[in-house]
Amino acid sequence: MKALVENSGADSDSFSIINVSRRRFLKSLALGGFVLAGGFPPVALAEDEPKKYGADAMPHGWVDNPLVFVAIAEDGSVSIVCHRSEMGQGIRTSLPLVVADELEANWLHVKVVQAPGDEVRFGNQDTDGSRSMRHFFMPMRRVGAAARLMLETAAAAQWRVPLTEVRAELHHVLHPASGKRLSYGELAKAAAKLPVPDRESLKLKQPEDFRYIGKGEQLSVDGRDIVSGRAQYGIDTRLPDMLHAVVARPPVMGGKVLHYDAAEALKVPDVIKVVEIKSSPLPADFNPLGGVAVIAKHTWAAIQGRKALKIDWDNGPHAAYDSAAYRTEMEAAARQPGKVVRNQGDVDAALNSAAQRLAAEYYAPHLAQAPMEPPAAAVRIVNGHCEVWACTQAPQLTRERVAKWLDLPEDKVTVNVTLLGGGFGRKSKPDYVIEAALLSQAMHGQAVKVTWTREDDLRHAYFHTVSLERLEAGLDSRGNPLAWLHRTVAPSIGATFAPDSKHQIPPELGMGVVNVPFAIANLRVENPAAEAHTRIGWFRSVSNIPRAFAIQSFVAELASAAGRDHKDYLLDLIGPARRIDPREISDSWNQGESPEIYPVDTGRLRRVIEAATDAAGWGRDVPKGHGLGLAAHYSFVTYVAVVAEVAVDEEGKLGIPRVDIAVDCGPQVNPERIRSQLEGACIMGVSLASLGEIGFKDGAVLQDNFHAYQLTRIDDAPREIRVHLLPGSDYDKPLGGIGEPGLPPIAPALCNAIFAATGRRIRQLPIKDQLRKD
Amino acid sequence: MITLSINGVQRSIDLPPDTPLLWALRDGLGLTGTKYGCGIALCGACTVHVDGQATLACVTPISELAGKNIQTIEAMAEDATGQKVQAAWLSLGVPQCGYCQPGQVMAATALLKHNAQPADADIDKAMSRNICRCGTYTRIRAAIKQAAGELENAP
Repeated sequence: MKALVENSGADSDSFSIINVSRRRFLKSLALGGFVLAGGFPPVALAEDEPKKYGADAMPHGWVDNPLVFVAIAEDGSVSIVCHRSEMGQGIRTSLPLVVADELEANWLHVKVVQAPGDEVRFGNQDTDGSRSMRHFFMPMRRVGAAARLMLETAAAAQWRVPLTEVRAELHHVLHPASGKRLSYGELAKAAAKLPVPDRESLKLKQPEDFRYIGKGEQLSVDGRDIVSGRAQYGIDTRLPDMLHAVVARPPVMGGKVLHYDAAEALKVPDVIKVVEIKSSPLPADFNPLGGVAVIAKHTWAAIQGRKALKIDWDNGPHAAYDSAAYRTEMEAAARQPGKVVRNQGDVDAALNSAAQRLAAEYYAPHLAQAPMEPPAAAVRIVNGHCEVWACTQAPQLTRERVAKWLDLPEDKVTVNVTLLGGGFGRKSKPDYVIEAALLSQAMHGQAVKVTWTREDDLRHAYFHTVSLERLEAGLDSRGNPLAWLHRTVAPSIGATFAPDSKHQIPPELGMGVVNVPFAIANLRVENPAAEAHTRIGWFRSVSNIPRAFAIQSFVAELASAAGRDHKDYLLDLIGPARRIDPREISDSWNQGESPEIYPVDTGRLRRVIEAATDAAGWGRDVPKGHGLGLAAHYSFVTYVAVVAEVAVDEEGKLGIPRVDIAVDCGPQVNPERIRSQLEGACIMGVSLASLGEIGFKDGAVLQDNFHAYQLTRIDDAPREIRVHLLPGSDYDKPLGGIGEPGLPPIAPALCNAIFAATGRRIRQLPIKDQLRKD
Repeated sequence: MITLSINGVQRSIDLPPDTPLLWALRDGLGLTGTKYGCGIALCGACTVHVDGQATLACVTPISELAGKNIQTIEAMAEDATGQKVQAAWLSLGVPQCGYCQPGQVMAATALLKHNAQPADADIDKAMSRNICRCGTYTRIRAAIKQAAGELENAP
């Protein structure tokens, strides 16, 4: 791998947390005077406007005003605002790179400034759904192009030459005819006084002129701060006179404090106060869970104080939740007809006439996101203004909810977004930030930081759903499927917001269950009811995990029953290259994207399968105990296929010498970070497949730290991960997501490889000791 | 009041003697590069060096550290081995979210100080105390080997 180019990095001043204020942030934007009122007029919405998709359909949509995103100082340094949260995907590098490229800025002189939560100003900031680049590539290109045009216009005016005679090049505007040149710093003041140009007048670069887009040669802007310990995460926030809190929360969803005794806790040295946080009625929503907070001079005292609390809980209506019993309930539900969510042909008749019927059930447990930085937030309230510092994926939502809980107008709440030490969906929910706000309020505005311990994080996540997928196929005499019946049973994320929600919502159904792109004439998908007994939330790639596991395992089982090669069988099931309108396969959601721009393209799915199997040497001889396994999955409008090679030793210990991953995500903006996301998704996929399980008993989570909720470590990680990016230099094509789609195919590829190596079929996750020989 | 030698400087810490070094560094001294991840020696995010040995600060009370030489991530830019490790981490783009990486850098630096040319098995042994949830392990392994190569070539 070639060495990466480093730039001047993050605007470290904006991360000096002590004494930082909103004024400081605005000042940094005001450096070159590139802050003017106005900008682009809002897009008028007609009454009869057709359904919106993509960024247009997200809350507060997008903004492409250069005055909002770019500031140029007289010394030539360019500040570019990143309004999406950084949690390891590299977005604080990749989005500003897009602006810098169109701006013709020298990356060495670019600083990145993190936006606070303010979607009216910046556009949508919900950093989830693998959407940041997909939704903001074009707006950020226009930001850069507009700022470049303003600089060119200023130079042409100063030289009194036509605009057509000047051009921007690497931080300067040139007039080739006269040889004159002015630096961006010299032009900043004059450019800032110009009106923002119309979108129609912008000239975007031709892809062959890109300096940074598609190259992947730039180091993460936070890299040096990270390896030297200077990077500031939410948990690192330090404010003057700040207090530290931990909270004892109800162990069961819907529980509350009956009574508590704080006498012993208050005797712990450096403990200052014990405060009850009231529990809210269900649904859980984004509300804090309630409980008893211990506030101290430092975190260790707060933790010791919490240990000394005596609390009696009312465990509420979900105190009987038991994972073993619930699995039996889900199996029973999956063996009965359920709500039909897709139906084509006559599945019952085809099943009855089939030469052979095969059925299998696949179980996948709850998971916790377990970001290495647990949830944490610091809040102070000064003169009626609430200031938040938080590792949040959803700064605008956080702002709205904190304002509501404190009964403040939204403009009296500032949410400063720190780096996130991992998010994976957990930090989209602002419950932990509201806790900090309530505790600061209880301390009359004094700064309070709430730190979640690892035990808190695992016991009180918004859990990935538990699921039972039952698949049945009717095969003809040659083993080809005539009928496909899929029953999917899982408590829904919808139940976190509406307690009577017992069926999956369209986004869950559109995550690989109704939109399975197989060319089977008779196909039905059913969704029997399932009640939620804990907070269900989104976890990196969400419901795609159990669907890819079940479907891609079942196809391998069918291929095996037919005595055919798995790859050939899978390609035949997908059928010829075609573009399927997602609405025709009962997917009304389509990842929020336009069905015309983003159809299900089976040709692209076929190509990633061919690419992964070619690269992995599909069909090659492998040593004894080794096996190759294949899986492919379409999610977040990106196509991924994986071939895993496993090695299972005499004792049944699983090793993973190599994984090949082929990806078609459309245009690639930062291929280097795409590769790192795919490598990371692979290892997270290995982790959940081999070890990941959250279980409940008596309504409460059984796992409380990393000995019980194990994560893959370096010694059990794949020794080699090869990422194969399909050509992605046609920037007119729509972009796919990258943060999530690498994860779903990993577990089935591993399980299919295990079958190839051992003949043992894994139908429940995690694999744990299922392969062990006693 | 306990006095500790941290990154070559004598620091007075006014915290109860059972306080783990992790919280003394973070809350007492403002050295937040050493991270909390589990609190019970399971994840390695809090790895520091005590007399040159990789040590988990979350389970090491400050009362045990008088007279010992404590080094944290904040001092690695001045450490010859630490510099090579940091440079390799950057040039291979190891970090994703980066939260565990100070601990990974400290563990890798301690490994290379004791074993200049670690084999894969040595890397497995030394680095398996450190969890990375983003999954940067293949790059961590490559970066340790690159740093080892540069240390070997150093004058």
